[in-house]
Amino acid sequence: MPGISRKTALALAASASIALLATACTGQSGSAASDDASKDTTINFWHAWSAPAEVKAVQSLIAGFEKAHPNIHVNVVGNMTDDKINQALRTGGDKAPDVISSFTTNSVGRFCSSGALVDLNPFFEKSGVDPEKTFPKAMNQYTQFDGNRCAVPLLGDAYGLYYNKTAFEKAGITSPPKTWSEFGKDAKKLTIPEGDTYQQLGFMPNYHGWETTTEHYLGQFSPTYFGKDGKSNVAEDPAFENAFRLQKKLVDELGGYRKLETYRSKLGDEWGPKHPFHTGQVAMQLDGEWRLGMALAAKPTFEIGVAPLPVPDDQADQYGKGYITGTIAGIAATSKKQNAAWELVKYMTTDTDAVVDFSNAIHNVPSTLAALKSPKLTYDPRFKTFLEIAANPDSTTAPASVNGGVYLTTIQEFGYAYESGKVTDLKKGLRDTARQIDTDIAQAK
Amino acid sequence: MSTYTLRAKHRRSTLRTLAFLSPWLIGFAVFFAYPLLSTVYFSFMHYDGFKPPSWSGTKNWTYVFAHYPFFWPALRNTLWLVAIMVTLRVAFGLGVGLLITRIKTATGVFRTLFYLPYLAPPVAATMAFAFLLNPGTGPVNSLLEKAGLPTPGWFNDPAWSKPALTLLALWGIGDLMVIFMAALLDVPKEQYEAAELDGATPWQRFRYVTLPNISPIVMFAVVTGVIQTMQYYTQPLIAGKVASGVIQGAGTQFEPGYPDKSTLTLPQLVYNLGFQRFDYGSACVVALILFVLSMAFTALLMRRRGGLIQAGDR
Repeated sequence: MPGISRKTALALAASASIALLATACTGQSGSAASDDASKDTTINFWHAWSAPAEVKAVQSLIAGFEKAHPNIHVNVVGNMTDDKINQALRTGGDKAPDVISSFTTNSVGRFCSSGALVDLNPFFEKSGVDPEKTFPKAMNQYTQFDGNRCAVPLLGDAYGLYYNKTAFEKAGITSPPKTWSEFGKDAKKLTIPEGDTYQQLGFMPNYHGWETTTEHYLGQFSPTYFGKDGKSNVAEDPAFENAFRLQKKLVDELGGYRKLETYRSKLGDEWGPKHPFHTGQVAMQLDGEWRLGMALAAKPTFEIGVAPLPVPDDQADQYGKGYITGTIAGIAATSKKQNAAWELVKYMTTDTDAVVDFSNAIHNVPSTLAALKSPKLTYDPRFKTFLEIAANPDSTTAPASVNGGVYLTTIQEFGYAYESGKVTDLKKGLRDTARQIDTDIAQAK
Repeated sequence: MSTYTLRAKHRRSTLRTLAFLSPWLIGFAVFFAYPLLSTVYFSFMHYDGFKPPSWSGTKNWTYVFAHYPFFWPALRNTLWLVAIMVTLRVAFGLGVGLLITRIKTATGVFRTLFYLPYLAPPVAATMAFAFLLNPGTGPVNSLLEKAGLPTPGWFNDPAWSKPALTLLALWGIGDLMVIFMAALLDVPKEQYEAAELDGATPWQRFRYVTLPNISPIVMFAVVTGVIQTMQYYTQPLIAGKVASGVIQGAGTQFEPGYPDKSTLTLPQLVYNLGFQRFDYGSACVVALILFVLSMAFTALLMRRRGGLIQAGDR
């Protein structure tokens, strides 16, 4: 190349490429709540529900909204995974969602901190709706991050204890356990060994026992995941140590990790009719409100009992609380129709009748305090336990974090190591876990 | 002819050559050079996909090497799979190829039987294996138990999960079998006849006739095997998920590499970092490590074995 050296040409080409990349690959986010919601408009709503009955319930919910707001038309797109939603929130455009809903609360911290979903506090204020008086405490907690309320609860999940009433009677147990001490004794009484396995296991304590995750156990101990400085509290708050010790004690007393894991590998899967609670192989199960319908559909040969999960012995006065999570909704920052989108979000999440109807159809826990008390709710009497758990001010959740659910994964990984005996020094393990959580959060900022 | 005319002719010739090469050059630039440069660029940036990227220096590299708890287990697993699984797959593929070329009756049936598993979708095949190898209810362990043999935990045991994945890879050997079969059928028969006349044993015929003739194909199988194994994603992910029994949803976290990180591979980390944590910078670091490892393995193999050139062709 005359007049220009090969090295210079290469450097120029590389610089040009990098400059091109730098300008081409940057995401855009902004807010534009300047649309007139009283004018005729169409908005896009993306959700994750996919089962025919669920899709029908969403259609009915949207039909109710369009009837109440004839000028706002909703283009509904179902069966959307979080991955797809995340991509669409990044790109924007006419076909991107104005309103999204996600099954997991894990992304809330990222959605809020990155500005992917708009802060809804100004919308709530403008509409005269007080979220603190509208939603249960735990649901309020998992829909905001650092004061930015970028999500709203759209139905919820509450976790409780399912128990085999027939097995309880046979074992001479008259009522469900209220404290973990009682629970441990009952689990042992209900366990019937058979050779190197079990004819019936009182409770599957392992963290892989479907919903018996670290997060759900911890919910009963009301832990404070992060300190005021934003650092992990895992090594400071005794709730964590107590929860890990309790689970490990259950594992050891019910046969040991290896024996329980071998038994677990023989059991049916979580979402099928052969779930071990349905078949009577496990007498007690920590699970969400949806299990009741699934268990009844499996036509078990025993009577199903439902109760709140036990609490630590020193928190007996808080019996009735539980772990809460749920579906969330939010408005895309890239939406050009945010006022119209807010009308939809407000209707779906705060209109008592709409929430009640949707809850009746989906069989999830309603997400407003008014809907939880609504006489229009139709449910099996046992479902009431979950409504009470959801409304209980002592119920807990896992807070939103800037890197989503990474800190929960880290705690869970430690749980696997501790229950299996790979880690024996609990205090040191918790300190290491806290350090890892802090490092991951620093990396995400 | 003047210097100017010569230069013009040379330039025209160069442009013509470039024009003929342009489809490849464009493809190379768009699908290789651009993504590669882009990956290098983002590995030094903090980028979550929402906010514009910002310079973070070597922070992502430090994080991946020193603080990301899944990196070293994933690297160890990937290297294990490269060393053991690729070797066994090549040996088994060659063995099956040799067997198939020697069968005289029902050749088509056997070829089809050995090739069919390769056509099974990876997710379905892995789920089927997870069912067959279920330590409690799977038929494999039932048979082993009846035979009085030990019953491994397979996908539920960190010590057995990678051997179980290797079994799955050997089951789907159809691709290598076809390649080796074609290569073996291509070996000149005269060379075998000459070796036989010289009194060569079957092993000597294999060692001194078959292997030198098919060595480029062996090299091809090893190199592509290494590259494929570096990208090994679906099977370990599905096996781990099915065996763990935990389906990710509200309140359940992504668990990388069940059991005990033993099925974790580097591509899973790219997905975890990039599309679950939205830490594109660190995901790019892992992607670059994969690229460098693949290149290094390939260069090493090509250099040691003289590339894809047959001994006699050099």
